[in-house]
Amino acid sequence: MKSESRLEKILAAGHLAVTSECGPPRGCKPEDVVTKSKYLEGIVDAINVTDNQTAMVRMSSLAASVIIKQQGLNPLFQVTCRDRNRLAMQADIIGAYSLGIDTMLCLSGDHTKFGDHPQAANVHDIDSMQLLQMVKGMRDDGVFQGGAELKGAPKMFIGAAANPFADPFELRVMRLAKKIAAGADFIQTQCIFNVDKFEQWMEGVRAKGLHKKCYILAGVTPCKSLGAARYMSKRVPGMDVPKEVVDRMASVPKEKQAEEGVNICIETIERLKKVEGVAGFHIMAIEWEEIVEEICERAGLLPRPQV
Amino acid sequence: MITAERKPLEELIEYIKPFKRILLLGCNECVTVCSAGGRKEVGLLASGLQMAMLKSGNNIEIRQHTLERQCDPEYVEELVPMINDADAVMSMACGCGVQEIAMRFKDKPVFPAVNTTFMGASERQGVWAERCQGCGNCLLGETGGICPIARCAKQLMNGPCGGSVTGKCEISDDVDCAWQLIWDRLKSLGLEERYMEITPAKDWRSGGGSGPRKIIREDLAE
Repeated sequence: MKSESRLEKILAAGHLAVTSECGPPRGCKPEDVVTKSKYLEGIVDAINVTDNQTAMVRMSSLAASVIIKQQGLNPLFQVTCRDRNRLAMQADIIGAYSLGIDTMLCLSGDHTKFGDHPQAANVHDIDSMQLLQMVKGMRDDGVFQGGAELKGAPKMFIGAAANPFADPFELRVMRLAKKIAAGADFIQTQCIFNVDKFEQWMEGVRAKGLHKKCYILAGVTPCKSLGAARYMSKRVPGMDVPKEVVDRMASVPKEKQAEEGVNICIETIERLKKVEGVAGFHIMAIEWEEIVEEICERAGLLPRPQV
Repeated sequence: MITAERKPLEELIEYIKPFKRILLLGCNECVTVCSAGGRKEVGLLASGLQMAMLKSGNNIEIRQHTLERQCDPEYVEELVPMINDADAVMSMACGCGVQEIAMRFKDKPVFPAVNTTFMGASERQGVWAERCQGCGNCLLGETGGICPIARCAKQLMNGPCGGSVTGKCEISDDVDCAWQLIWDRLKSLGLEERYMEITPAKDWRSGGGSGPRKIIREDLAE
């Protein structure tokens, strides 16, 4: 084992892992973090804590991760390359590990253009690949990125993201291979609505044996409404929501749409369970954390295994 | 070339309001090529400023002059005979040219008439795009001749982010995804495997991370 991470233990034991996410509040409201994370207690193995998601300022992922940890739950600390340089990132990683956080996700970050501070400088001192290398170096070699010795290495279980739906498609398996080579222990994918395309990507992943070199958690999202489905289909770059999904959401009356969104999500999970190489699920119920329990229950993912 | 865009007339009027005699300076290098601050633009701006000032009842005298190269002290010296006839200088050169004037004529106010934007190339008539950020350690040899630092919105050095769609960047349909361009080039060069090499974290010292940069050529320096 590379870490004490509960997520690593679940995956290493061969169980299908389940993660979900919790976006920190846009203000000093620690109680909101508690409320959101409590919906996920006993339901998931780790809770992703986003880092200024969509480039909007929120409570730091480090602080919100600590609050979640204080509830006795397992935070999955997200770190993007957009807001901090390598000094600040390493300082936060050491800080996080010192406060009991042992699982993290390395991301490039959404561009500031999409957020509420488009005036801000994008840092991007290092990219997500180099961040993976840096964390792995800190953990396995006990060195800082600059080469100096690090006393007390952060034993992080290291995650990365993958988007099988972005272009160029032919590069997407290679990019995963590169992330594994850089240090990724596990992967969380972009939300999967186009299962056919995901299966096609997984074929490429298996052909290179990458599913044996890291754990792949398939990302799913329940659509809360037809509007949400349309928005993801048209407005979110790199999201692939096929017309059939949008049509299906449109085929039911407004008050039934949330239920239909959950149905689609559960059917997707059932289909993904049959895909060789899928090691678990990352359920992104954005501002809808309370629905995750129902999804897990109906998808046969409860109770969570004890490890 | 270094590209620039002229500042709005209102901003320029605010600068020159307190003065009666203005020396309006163009530069015959980059800003001429990108039609921002060459001889022609100096003429146009001079009449624009004259008219605007006249409208508000102010009479100003504008002398026009275009230097061969405003970022070169040798050419700036040419201004010595005319500088005392001006209360202030307005420069249409890039920021390098403006600063050269400020350094040479220490008691003369100097104002920029353009916003210096980027190092780029002309894509077609009237369109310029950024190509280089002067990072001081060129990696074009590794990336098929397309720069991810200047041309990827996230400066990614190891491949496209999840927002690359049909060759376009997530920030705008007007921006090509640099990594799509790099990948296409690597493929046509038969260098696909090069993508698998991880580009390590960059040493930004050469890119300005260690303060203002200077090149000293011992063989040429006096």
